Amino acid sequence: MSSEKPPISHLGAKRARRTRASVTRIMRGTEFPLRAAPTPRGQTHLPVNVGANYDTDWARRFPARVARRVARDTIVRGLVRYYAQPVIKGVDRLSELDGPAVFAANHQSHVDTAVIATSVPEPWCNRLVVGAAADYFFGNRASSAVSALFVGAIPIERTALNRRTIDKAVGLLRSGWSLVIYPEGGRSRDGWGQQFRPGAAFLAKQAGVPVVPVHIRGTFDILRKGRAWPRRARSVINFGRPLRFDEGENNRRFTRRLQAAVEGLADETATGNWFAARRRLHSADSPGIEGPPGSAWRRRWALTEPPPEASPQASSTVSKRRWPYV
Amino acid sequence: MTARKGLVLEVDRTTPPILFHHGEGFRLHKLPVGSRVVYPNEPLDPVRDPERAIAEALANPLGDRDPLASYMRPGMKLTIAFDDISLPLPPMAAPDIRGRIIEQILDMAAAAGVDDVHLIAALALHRRMTEAELRHAVGDRVYDAFAPHGQLYNFDAEDPGALTHLGTTDAGEEVVISKRAAESDLLVYVNINLVSMDGGHKSVATGLSPYTALRHHHNVHTMLHSTSFMDPESSELHTRNWRQGRLLAEAGVKVFQIETTLNNNEFPSPYDFLKRREWEMSPRDRMMLMGTKTALDLMSRRQARRIFQGIRAPYGLTSVQAGEVEAVHRQTLENVYRQHLVRVEGQTDVLTMGLPYICPYNVNSIMNPILVACLGLGYFFNLYRGRPLVRHGGVVIMSHPTPWEFHPVHHPSYIDFFEEVLADTTDPEVIEHRYEKRYAEDEWYRHLYRTSYAYHGVHPFYMWYWCAHALEHLGGVIIVGGDKAATGRMGFRSASTLNDALEMATDVVGRDPSITHFRNPPMLMADVV
Repeated sequence: MSSEKPPISHLGAKRARRTRASVTRIMRGTEFPLRAAPTPRGQTHLPVNVGANYDTDWARRFPARVARRVARDTIVRGLVRYYAQPVIKGVDRLSELDGPAVFAANHQSHVDTAVIATSVPEPWCNRLVVGAAADYFFGNRASSAVSALFVGAIPIERTALNRRTIDKAVGLLRSGWSLVIYPEGGRSRDGWGQQFRPGAAFLAKQAGVPVVPVHIRGTFDILRKGRAWPRRARSVINFGRPLRFDEGENNRRFTRRLQAAVEGLADETATGNWFAARRRLHSADSPGIEGPPGSAWRRRWALTEPPPEASPQASSTVSKRRWPYV
Repeated sequence: MTARKGLVLEVDRTTPPILFHHGEGFRLHKLPVGSRVVYPNEPLDPVRDPERAIAEALANPLGDRDPLASYMRPGMKLTIAFDDISLPLPPMAAPDIRGRIIEQILDMAAAAGVDDVHLIAALALHRRMTEAELRHAVGDRVYDAFAPHGQLYNFDAEDPGALTHLGTTDAGEEVVISKRAAESDLLVYVNINLVSMDGGHKSVATGLSPYTALRHHHNVHTMLHSTSFMDPESSELHTRNWRQGRLLAEAGVKVFQIETTLNNNEFPSPYDFLKRREWEMSPRDRMMLMGTKTALDLMSRRQARRIFQGIRAPYGLTSVQAGEVEAVHRQTLENVYRQHLVRVEGQTDVLTMGLPYICPYNVNSIMNPILVACLGLGYFFNLYRGRPLVRHGGVVIMSHPTPWEFHPVHHPSYIDFFEEVLADTTDPEVIEHRYEKRYAEDEWYRHLYRTSYAYHGVHPFYMWYWCAHALEHLGGVIIVGGDKAATGRMGFRSASTLNDALEMATDVVGRDPSITHFRNPPMLMADVV
């Protein structure tokens, strides 16, 4: 008789599969104190020191700043060069900038922050914090610590006004730190941009600092939303001229001006024709970043459509059309 | 943030294993579904400026006392007595509140030109405090100013020349206290009120009294009629102390009482996990719990004891009040209850408790089996108001290794009590009748008490009497993890695991008993309704 018999039913086979070890299964099998105890019914959760409440002060002390700088100038810069091969444009426009600023960029990918952190020139790059979604980057203690230490992130509520996060960001700007913020409030879902929210304008107005419009192109192809691993693609980062609040200008109007400035930079990057892009900007004729209305496939279709007026220079350097040809 | 109140948690399937203190270690026990766990209140917010609070209390006394400074005059005899090493538990992180208060009193005395000042550690029949312990309690500045001149010392309850008999109460209780204290123009008592039994007239009437006065309330009858001795309203111990204290006042001893209350912040970092409810432990807390538990399980008891006895609690001062003894103590009690009382509905068949490494009588010492019994059945059992947490005829299950181990310097009479007395009988009344006088008047124990660092010969008897109410009330006592021989000597049973103990308890209380776990420390007092 054979000693090894196959399972006589599918139930047996299932049981055999169940015994296979996996991290999830092992973790599920553990109990307190190896894993956190569930909060008993009727008891309220303790307020946790993560999310918008996470205190990032420690990450701006000297040892953390040194660690971040070392990481930025070695690992991050190396990875950015390998994956994003960024072309940095418009740095000369920052020559008149004195003191801290809000760097407001469009947002296509997690890679954007690394590209900006390695592209912002001195002295701003050494005192730079990044406004990061409190619910995403500060969801637990580990991710909060990593975000604060290596990204220099501070939590920003994107769905609600939070006095604490606003005060923290304004305080940092007033004390000489520059802030990177993505006014769209999140990464692009399909390659097109989203309408800017007035958070960046609000913070800049409160702190009395200028806003530098920044356009980043190409990072959607490197690590788009939903993808776990990056792939190589070319990117371009273009810094615009710092914007200041005009007399009597409110946050909403300033935000529109900021979005138009980024659209102008996008146009400039896409067409390679600065003057034409400026003319379109002044005549309020810059292609928008939000793409055409309609179903997902139509937006995607429009995104991959050849540019109507692509310059020979642009078409020679960029093989496929990707946002923002706009 | 406002401190959250304690709670009574009903155990269900999702309830994690509960942390039990287990001597110099911890255990995690899964309690049966339907059991209750009584959690203490969170530490109250401390007063922001203790120095200012002390100054205000001294300047605005309660009752019929004037501001302390008004009593100070040149040529007066001033005696400052203070609580000994048995308070607080664990010892307080420096600076000790006693030292802070004493410095302010001495500042006033110095400003008024008072020369004749004595400081006395009011230790009754406890062991003498060492120099290091005195320095910790009063601070180096005070110690160096007074101790070298013999003006800072331990109370000696066996020095006949240093005691004064002030009279006898209507109930026949002798009142004998320190001669220096009795003859002073002003006796200032600096107290730490950790539990509701402390303070009031007990401070002087017990702390500065010898055996001849203490035997009137430190006896089995008093303990059996104190239900509990932690509840002054129902405490015969309190009644008798109060009678003695009032006679002290009638005899002309002017006491200026200063009482302090502390919050529940009993464990410093990295032992924060001991203060947390299990489901609120952070990953760091859980890591520390596992790491500490594993390390303690691996190391010798001696090493573990050294680590634990090194803990200094970061208590916060929650109140300080000064003035006439009874007026002060009324307010003190309110503040103690504010921190400790947790409302619990109904009694239980089985009460479980994890006993920690420390009790009032083994600071910097060994927790011997008698002290284990005293902590569990004396202190923890009596931490109730209203009715005992466990029903009459119920079972107490305590978790402690209970080693057959004694400190030969601190507890010499305990060794003989354990070997001789408990080998004969565990009945407190028989013990009192048959053995107490002999041990109390033994010359060798007297000598060790006066010249070494030994507890008085009669002290182990008091520890056993402390258990009298519980022994009379309970149907059984089981010690989880307890040394079988030591546990058996005391008339208790030992069990390897909590489940075994619960199974054994069913012999007494029947199947499916109600179970309540008393999660103390941090300090907790059950208000049983």
